[in-house]
Amino acid sequence: MNYKLDFTPVIEGMPQLLLACLGTFGLALGGMALAIVIGIGGVILRDSRVAALRWLVKGFVELVRNTPFLVQIFFIYFALPLAGVRLDPTPTAIIALGINGGAYAIEIIRGGVQSIGKGQIEAGLALGLHKAQVFRLIVLKPALRAIFPSLTSQFVLLTLTTSVCSAISAYELTSVAQRIESDSFRSFEVYGTITLFYLIISWVMMRFFAAISQRYFSYPVK
Amino acid sequence: MGEAEFLFLLTGLKWTVLLSLVGFIGGGVFGLAVALLRTSGIAPLERGTASYIALFQGTPLLMQLFVVYYGLALIGLKLDAWVAVAIGFTLHASAYLGEIWRGSIEAVPKGQTEAAKALSLHYLSRMKDVILPQAIRISLPATVGFLVQLIKGTSLAAIVGFTELTRAGNIISNQTFKPLLVFGIVGILYFLICWPLSLYGAHLERRMATASR
Repeated sequence: MNYKLDFTPVIEGMPQLLLACLGTFGLALGGMALAIVIGIGGVILRDSRVAALRWLVKGFVELVRNTPFLVQIFFIYFALPLAGVRLDPTPTAIIALGINGGAYAIEIIRGGVQSIGKGQIEAGLALGLHKAQVFRLIVLKPALRAIFPSLTSQFVLLTLTTSVCSAISAYELTSVAQRIESDSFRSFEVYGTITLFYLIISWVMMRFFAAISQRYFSYPVK
Repeated sequence: MGEAEFLFLLTGLKWTVLLSLVGFIGGGVFGLAVALLRTSGIAPLERGTASYIALFQGTPLLMQLFVVYYGLALIGLKLDAWVAVAIGFTLHASAYLGEIWRGSIEAVPKGQTEAAKALSLHYLSRMKDVILPQAIRISLPATVGFLVQLIKGTSLAAIVGFTELTRAGNIISNQTFKPLLVFGIVGILYFLICWPLSLYGAHLERRMATASR
């Protein structure tokens, strides 16, 4: 083995790489926010009285969950201009991430809402709680607690998926790394380093979510 | 888009399926080893495999492919793109399947292990005849779910430069200037493979939920 590792390009590019972490973070946050909106909206429509709406949501969820994100982002990237919407790659990537995450969020949130028994709500009302109190204490909090683990691990997954947005050259860590790599040809060093960055990012996220869960959702159920 | 272009997409589809199969089978073999080491009761082995799993679950698949692809070239192995991505997916799948199967092995009631030990079955036979047959049943829905994830994941081989379905779509889209049509068809082709598997996984899950009631 006569190859010598050379991290000089990585060290020189470090400010750009660190800044690009913020880009990744922005994509992830934007994607999550949109995913939550789509998730809640989808759950409401999913149980609507109009059969066509129910089927539309079902079809959307199945379609998104059974096709690769890379194909979805390409499709959206080319479809938006045809629909008359001209956007930069970065907002396009946020929309694609939001749509992808939204489909998973619909299923997760729906499971949480269904986990609340009807008897619980009736019991709350019988105990003389207001409707608002019933919603907050009996529906919302337990539902949030039920969906929190799967929703947040889906968010970590979504954050890792942002690397695929480099395919349409959205501004994030992988695309900046690709630029440094193509200038220096130090592929292994560059990608090895940012792999470590992703590992740290996902670890911090998991810790953060675990701390929230500890703080708000660790009360005995029975 | 003519017949020739569509046939090119189908060739890409063939490579997608092959890559998924190689990743799944290779990942299955190594994943079983990972799961067994992870539940072996030997502390350093359990910690080592736990870190291996955490490494793959905490980094993007795309980075794993890049690092394996360039890392293999770096240690002097001049490999085909096809072999390099196959190795990448095998490692990726071994970590995920290892974690799924670890959970299933641990979900088999402890009494089963104790009974097998009381019957003085040695480790190999205890695993092969008692624990694993039950663990496989438990793991089936999650395993099928991961297979779908793996098939979708193979699309990232396109970015490394391997011509599977998505990259075939890219090439045709550049030739015909009809990206929506081409990626629409590519999406439908993925859907036709993944959807039946997803339905099967959901069916298994439902059946298991009713069985355990």
